[in-house]
Amino acid sequence: MSLKLSKKPSEAGGHVERKAKETKGDKVVAGVSHTMLALWSLMVLVPLGWTVLSSFKTTKEIFASPFSMPEVWQFQNYINAWNTAGIGSYFFNTVIVVGSALIIVMVLGAMCAYVLARYVFPGYRAVYYLMLAGLTFPIFLAIVPLFFILKNFGLLNTLPGLIIVYVSFALPFTVFFLFSFFKALPGEIAEAAQIDGAGEWRTFFQVMLPMAKPGLASVAIFNFLGLWNQYLIPVAINTKRENYVLSQGIAAFAGQMGYAVDFGALFAAAIIVVVPVLIMYILFQRQLQGSVSAGTMK
Amino acid sequence: MAVFLGLPLAIYLVFVISPFVQAVYYSMTSWSGFDANMPFIGFDNYVKLFNDDIFMISVRNSITLAIFLPVITVILALVLATLVTIGGSSRGQIKGLKGAGFYRIVSFFPYVIPAVVIGIIWAQIYDPSSGLLNGILTGLGFDGFTSFPWLGDPRTAMVASMVVIVWGFVGFYMILFIAAIKGIPAETFEAARIDGAGRFRTAVTITIPLIRDNIQTAYVYMGILALDAFVYMSVLNSTGGPANSTLVMSQKLFTTAFSKGQFGLACAMGVVLAVITLIFSALVFMVNRLTGGSKDVSN
Repeated sequence: MSLKLSKKPSEAGGHVERKAKETKGDKVVAGVSHTMLALWSLMVLVPLGWTVLSSFKTTKEIFASPFSMPEVWQFQNYINAWNTAGIGSYFFNTVIVVGSALIIVMVLGAMCAYVLARYVFPGYRAVYYLMLAGLTFPIFLAIVPLFFILKNFGLLNTLPGLIIVYVSFALPFTVFFLFSFFKALPGEIAEAAQIDGAGEWRTFFQVMLPMAKPGLASVAIFNFLGLWNQYLIPVAINTKRENYVLSQGIAAFAGQMGYAVDFGALFAAAIIVVVPVLIMYILFQRQLQGSVSAGTMK
Repeated sequence: MAVFLGLPLAIYLVFVISPFVQAVYYSMTSWSGFDANMPFIGFDNYVKLFNDDIFMISVRNSITLAIFLPVITVILALVLATLVTIGGSSRGQIKGLKGAGFYRIVSFFPYVIPAVVIGIIWAQIYDPSSGLLNGILTGLGFDGFTSFPWLGDPRTAMVASMVVIVWGFVGFYMILFIAAIKGIPAETFEAARIDGAGRFRTAVTITIPLIRDNIQTAYVYMGILALDAFVYMSVLNSTGGPANSTLVMSQKLFTTAFSKGQFGLACAMGVVLAVITLIFSALVFMVNRLTGGSKDVSN
């Protein structure tokens, strides 16, 4: 259509070029826009690039000049961070905690959202407001009582304790997001499955859950990032060093830097913590960016 | 079905809702945590807090963050999102800049970096002697900045900390706004153009009113985050900065509870923080309503 329109006048008159041409103003605007966006991109990339560069330098080189290239690329820094600073074992803990919490919260959250989306029952509104409260109130209000609840359960400073708290605090977001997703699925399909003889469990796990896959994927990515980056909860309720997760481990490492000066290893540790999220980001950046708007509009 | 709802709800009630409720009760006790004795003292903790100069400094700092961070972040994100979406040619189809994808990917990336790591990286960037910032500034000839302690000077510590948080979040809101702007029908922009509106006019009178609900959401989210700010502030300046200039409520709460063991008092701080958070959200909603949000052009 547009092709035809743009051809016609040039055939008829011959002197009017109808192809959208950039005017001078356009070029200026584009130039200014590119300059500003490029500046911002530099603001983002330079600190990160500098971190990568510094992670290969010796402490002496780091102190000598922020820009110099490393004389010898110190891959040793990464080994030191992984072993001496304990980043390796923190990494392992984090994978266990975040992995388990992610699976549990996705299953529980999906179940909860499914019921809320499909049925209306007494107390329905109450559940909704309770979930909303969990999203609104600052976690700091809960942190002290939470400490003692875990203590009473004997879960303080244990990985299972950390997992269950991660699950609980990721639940409201998961439910809200998936609720709208299940709401949009046609209820007839569930009914059809039930007429075909599937029980509630089977209907949910084999029919409805697979249909909600795109929604599940988006929530899972957001939850992964949120939990991987979580810092306050572990520093409050998981204070035993061998149970540290990455975020608190690297903070502790940075905290003692004043005394033991291995800055190269600190930069290397930072890179090690970022690499998994970087991989996730590159793999899923389309879904992630696509679901930003859906996830933040309640 | 009861299991489907009951199990998640039970966990949620025990580990999220009940701590919230308990915190309100604890805030009226002088409980030190480790004995069964929990003397009820009414509102004494609150009175104590409002007479505590250091706590009031932390309240002021938190409110400062809640005032400035959302404004700066939202405006910067809006400008960048506008440039990406309608910075393209003014003839033919409405389109964004060339290379917009690259800018989007790069800008969003800080959002996925753990806050702790952002704090650690920036603490090194601000380092007086070996940091990147002073390296660049002295390289450009500003010798006055040789070993200037950005995080150690009460005049700059707060601003420097804000820059870090803005850096981490602008990309996220930029993507949010881009998605919203792309949701506006192209005809709307074309109509504005035919009526003679330039880019700036279009952005101010078409784009912003049409995505004001998104702006409101962004504003509230960023404000809630600014009132927390725990990770950034405690990694950049673990003790509250020079002359407590970067001490925020969440940090004060954390040390009161877990270093000093004054759990009742810490819970009172939590309640104050929660109340301020709610007031902030209510204010944003009210301002948006009063200035005509969600009834004029937007659907």
